[in-house]
Amino acid sequence: MIRLDDATLTYPDGAGRITAVDHVSLTGKPGVVTGITGPSGSGKSSILALAATLIRPDSGHVWIGDVDAAKISRREATDLRRDRIGIVFQQSNLIASLTAREQVEVMGELGGHDERARRRLVRSHVEELLDSVGLAGQGGKRPAQLSGGQRQRVAIARALAHEPEVLLIDEPTSALDQERGAEIMELIHRLTHERNTSTLLVTHDLVHRKSLDELLTVVDGKITEHTTQHGASGASAAAAPSAS
Amino acid sequence: MFVAWRDLRFARGRFALIAAVVALITLLVGFLAGLSGGLASQNVSAVLALPGDRIVLEDPDKGEPSFSESSLDKATIEAWRKADGVDAAVPIGIGQGRATHEGQPIAVALFGVPTDAGSSGVGDLAPHKADEIGLSAGAADQLEAKKGDKITIAEKTYTVAEVSGDLWYSHTPVVTMTPDAWEATDKALGGTGEATALVVSGDADWKAIAKDTGTVADGHIASLSALETFKSEIGSLGLMIAMLFGVSALVVGAFFTVWTMQRAGDIAVLKALGASTASLVRDALGQALIVLVVGIGVGLIAVIGFGTLASQALPFLLNPWTTLAPALAMAVLGLAGAAFALRTVTHADPLTALGSNR
Repeated sequence: MIRLDDATLTYPDGAGRITAVDHVSLTGKPGVVTGITGPSGSGKSSILALAATLIRPDSGHVWIGDVDAAKISRREATDLRRDRIGIVFQQSNLIASLTAREQVEVMGELGGHDERARRRLVRSHVEELLDSVGLAGQGGKRPAQLSGGQRQRVAIARALAHEPEVLLIDEPTSALDQERGAEIMELIHRLTHERNTSTLLVTHDLVHRKSLDELLTVVDGKITEHTTQHGASGASAAAAPSAS
Repeated sequence: MFVAWRDLRFARGRFALIAAVVALITLLVGFLAGLSGGLASQNVSAVLALPGDRIVLEDPDKGEPSFSESSLDKATIEAWRKADGVDAAVPIGIGQGRATHEGQPIAVALFGVPTDAGSSGVGDLAPHKADEIGLSAGAADQLEAKKGDKITIAEKTYTVAEVSGDLWYSHTPVVTMTPDAWEATDKALGGTGEATALVVSGDADWKAIAKDTGTVADGHIASLSALETFKSEIGSLGLMIAMLFGVSALVVGAFFTVWTMQRAGDIAVLKALGASTASLVRDALGQALIVLVVGIGVGLIAVIGFGTLASQALPFLLNPWTTLAPALAMAVLGLAGAAFALRTVTHADPLTALGSNR
């Protein structure tokens, strides 16, 4: 479970500050893909950065399970990401020197106090993960030898390698054609349900909306609308059960 | 080291190139160190092989103490012998001349050494009789002489009583004589016949006695500064070695700085995924260490190979000080250079991994 509770984030802007996230509260529930959409500059990527513990809010809370990421040190945030959060980046951000299998295995090689146990866990199911994202037999290929869709599948496998509770995904289809984009969105949807992860997915592309269980619309740093797959809709934050 | 090893495998051409540069610099440093060691040995090995705790030289009114100018009269020697805490004071004559065997003359360093000088490389070569001499291995080799052969020095003939030790002084091989024979030879060659140096032993206030007697008393290593050729020779070669060390640190540091900057995106991604800074630093330094170890290892093998060949024709000293010590210094300086690149690792912002187009 991931929960933002009245989180506000501002950035320096000349002499003053600009509000990127304005008192946002939302909940990402286990086994649910929650989409976050909005126009460019609306603050959706800042919400993802907060959820990923890559930046701390000026005020409010960011709960990853029972840990408030707004109150922990940078080192503890790193530990938290390593143990409980999986991230899929916009352009997959794979490491050029690693094969697809090694891109996944690297999640067990990030240091920290329980590296050996994590390494065992990751290595025990690398092939199964590659298989589950449709890359069986492709583990020996490097990023340059994979298509854009395959690279994104590797990135998804990497994000799930350490069995995180929370999966954060940034614009996963932005570099893919519609067909490949649909496949990736379906894959995310399936894996979220199979693995019971709390998935937050930032997208500006609503073509694949059917793969999202819930959708939050962000405008000017505020959540303005919350809809579910079944059509329930809230025009304001207060009306939504999991977002305000 | 997971990513570091795979980077090495992936960019093997780049890493092989920098390892080759490190190997080349190691070869240059090792070769210069070997040559410096060889030249130094041919200059000072006999001084280092003198007996005693201190070497006493005349302290001139003008200029610095010098082996070539030092001359100690009998009163000075007696004053040292009688000084408190001095157990032994042995006068040593040092000069240069020519020795001839079967019509073949060579330049030699003539050392006048008493038989009771004390156990040391030079002391052990001291002859017992006035008509005998001791030849260092280099002198015997150049003269093509052996024990029992007759050698002429300053028109007087001596019998070779002993051949031993790799003893050199000012690039000439050492020949030892009795103090009386040396005094006569020195006078015959235009000298005063007075001892050049005094080797002293004991537990005395060396500085105070030296001040009272108008002399200087230094340890063997410190006394080498009284050899003019040694200072200039080692100074020049030492500077070249130091500059090569600097170049090495710069080359390795520059390579890893550029390399790490190119990896800044990967580092940000790894940090965003949860990599600890310690593991990334370990990766970066480990990678540098592997390149350095391979480069230095290859360079070291080349130094030993070429050095072995060179030592047959040149004064080349092959020992741990001229091979392992420079190699270790190269590794330390290379790592120091690589450490400059760590700022990119420690300061990479994982936030840049979000939304980046790489």
